[in-house]
Amino acid sequence: MPLLSQSRREEDVSKADRRPAGGQGAVYLPCPIESEDNMNSASIKRKRRQTLVAYSFIAPNFLGFAVFTLGPIILAFIMAFTEWDGNNPMKFVGLLNFTSIFSDDRFLSSLRNTVVYSIFTVPFTLIAALGLAILLNQKIKGRTFFRTVTFFPYVASLVAVAAVWNMLFTPSEEGLINQLLINVFHAEPLKWAASPKTVMLTIVLFSIWKNMGYYMVIYLAGLQGISEDLYEAAALDGAGAWQRFWYVTLPQLKPTTFFVTIMLTISCFKIYDIVYMLAGGSNGVVNKSAMVLVYYIYEEAFRNWKLGRASASALVLFLIVLVITLIQFKGEKNYAND
Amino acid sequence: MESKSQNRLIKNIIIYALLILLAVIMLVPFIWMITASLKMNKDIFVIPYQWWNPEPKWSNYLDIWTKIPLAKYALNTVKLTIIVTILQIVTSSFAAYAFAKLQFKGRDILFLAYIATIAVPWQVYMVPQFIFMRSLGLADTHLAIIILQAFSAFGVFLMRQFYEGIPDSLCEAARIDGMSEYKIYAKIMLPLSKPALSTLTIFTFVNTWNDFLGPLIYLTTDSKKTLQIGIKMFISQYSAEYGLIMAASVISLIPVLIVFMALQKYFVAGITTGAVKG
Repeated sequence: MPLLSQSRREEDVSKADRRPAGGQGAVYLPCPIESEDNMNSASIKRKRRQTLVAYSFIAPNFLGFAVFTLGPIILAFIMAFTEWDGNNPMKFVGLLNFTSIFSDDRFLSSLRNTVVYSIFTVPFTLIAALGLAILLNQKIKGRTFFRTVTFFPYVASLVAVAAVWNMLFTPSEEGLINQLLINVFHAEPLKWAASPKTVMLTIVLFSIWKNMGYYMVIYLAGLQGISEDLYEAAALDGAGAWQRFWYVTLPQLKPTTFFVTIMLTISCFKIYDIVYMLAGGSNGVVNKSAMVLVYYIYEEAFRNWKLGRASASALVLFLIVLVITLIQFKGEKNYAND
Repeated sequence: MESKSQNRLIKNIIIYALLILLAVIMLVPFIWMITASLKMNKDIFVIPYQWWNPEPKWSNYLDIWTKIPLAKYALNTVKLTIIVTILQIVTSSFAAYAFAKLQFKGRDILFLAYIATIAVPWQVYMVPQFIFMRSLGLADTHLAIIILQAFSAFGVFLMRQFYEGIPDSLCEAARIDGMSEYKIYAKIMLPLSKPALSTLTIFTFVNTWNDFLGPLIYLTTDSKKTLQIGIKMFISQYSAEYGLIMAASVISLIPVLIVFMALQKYFVAGITTGAVKG
């Protein structure tokens, strides 16, 4: 993503202003007016006016953003080093919150569960999304219909689809999925979300089902970006379908796969509501076998009112996401150089 | 020659078998939801499951409105979604215009602030944000939910990416004609950016409509709750009212389905710009 392309634009501006060389920076230097010619002082005025106009464009969004997003982010970094319940005065405690969460069994299992969840969800979602993209990139009847059907669970509201899943994956034998296991696969019925052994499996299956359509769309765009010539050349060399996939499609999709992996991993670390819906009891309490990082933050903050500990665990989440993002930046640079 | 057409036939059979499997996996939960919403509770876990119900229990769709204040929840959700979507579109496209087409001091620093926060998950700062809003007296208000969703960095980023693709010469020409920047924004940029605006609209709509954790943290008064929270609460309290739960779920899905069908191609466009963060 080309974020800032300053140099190009500065060139445009100096051309458009028909000003002598000197560049944009000169405008802001406190230079005495009398030494400038008329044209230049008019241009300074114009610049000032444009800056004011620009600020008026940005202000409505930026004020809201600065006060309600930037501010809290800074506060999060401060709170992580304090002991606070939100009412009594804040007390600085240094690194105590970090040492205490890392000796908290619930925090450690939340971290472990989040990692386990990511390890299973990322590759299987990736493979499913790639498979779907290849399947739905074929010239077949009803292609649009199948794409829509695959994508819809992603936008469907979680509460509704999770409610259906909870009924389909009912721990009792009457559930549709357990019926399928018993009658078609002649297997033992499973307890799904009701058992600590299978609760993560249920959550992973649900995540894959709900989100694979989203990543399929990204893969479809990647597939459509591969030049036909490559396939024709491969076919001329006598490559079969499997070889074309292995030696043309997969290598060409490498940047897409990298991007999808990063996006998926970050989204996995932010998981909360799926766990709440599938594994939360009637009061929404999740036990240790399904506790994830964001759930731990939520519980420490809004049930136990230990805001310092909540913020410390939030910083752990931030660091993990930051590392993944940095890997992304590095990777994108590599692909840009290719 | 014959083996080639035979190969093609086999390929087609495999493709269509996979498509049928896909359709079953994707659609069965929704079909089950609709059929279950028309059943009596005792009939839902009858073996084998009855996909065709000769006597649909339409009353589930009437009862749910009186069993919980579903109309109130729906009204709250519609209100929040519309306000957030409008605010998001207006303020982000406004700010994005300055970032893409105007020169001013501090532009790159300000934009960097937006970019940097895109990488910070909301879950990292949701706690201090709540404490801050509470200190302003905004806990348990709809205004808090609006503020939460309306000023996203994502909107500014998406709109700016689109405006960058519109040639600067267009704005320059209008400036020489004496148009003010506000007029250029309203008369030239906005009409040109319909695709990006549609993308932003559907993303904001779906996100706000489906938002769960935000309303869960902020809204405590029953009459202020949104559809998602309201339905979840109903599920927790009456977990055996299967028919009603499914009816409420179907109702909550309909608006998203309609908006999604109407604006689907913009949704896909938004994802493929690679700028989307959930």
